[in-house]
Amino acid sequence: MTTIEQVESQIKSVLRDHGRLNKDVGLLDSSADLYQAGMTSHASVNVMLALEGAFDVEFPDHMLKRNVFSSIQSIRSALSELTAA
Amino acid sequence: MTIGTHPTSARSAKPPYGLRVGIDLVQISRISDSIDQFGSRFIDRLFTDDEIEYANSGSGLQSERLAARFAAKEATIKALQLSDAGVGWRDIEVRKLRSGECALALHGRVAELAKIMEIEQIALSLSHDGDYAGAVVTVLHRAP
Repeated sequence: MTTIEQVESQIKSVLRDHGRLNKDVGLLDSSADLYQAGMTSHASVNVMLALEGAFDVEFPDHMLKRNVFSSIQSIRSALSELTAA
Repeated sequence: MTIGTHPTSARSAKPPYGLRVGIDLVQISRISDSIDQFGSRFIDRLFTDDEIEYANSGSGLQSERLAARFAAKEATIKALQLSDAGVGWRDIEVRKLRSGECALALHGRVAELAKIMEIEQIALSLSHDGDYAGAVVTVLHRAP
């Protein structure tokens, strides 16, 4: 069973590789604004594609919202919705 | 008369015009990196078939052309204030006209939302310089 900590750890790994953040992702709070931490719209596309690969999901168009990718918490929430479907 | 609006008569039911602008700047080499990392998943998710065909038609210009088109899509999302609307990038298409100019074509949900916003005109300008591509989109709509 995958725990919240394991999911967040995977999300952080994706953000570390693709988010182009100007802060150490390990130091970010789950609710911290990733755009404020330097993530560009292009980087958020890379993050989305990397998340799809890591979690074997596909983000439908209606979930392609700025607020879905705005924090570790919001990403986890979206992934939870996708994996429950 | 307020700058940026048209006067309305008491008989006119239409609200005044509003003007919105969106801008985006993209580093071309980073688009190349995304293509290298994600391949067709990146390209097919963001661009229409015609955009891909046009980008591939210029020798060695794929990344430049896709970067400018990505900037145009993001600038459109900003101008139409669709960041949290949940729309796909393929619903915003850059078309190369015979005159050489580029224009925007809106599809699907983006076209529906533009209709609701009473978009009267939408204008696009693209630019390249070195490793950067940029786009500005201006929208004339009925306020609010």
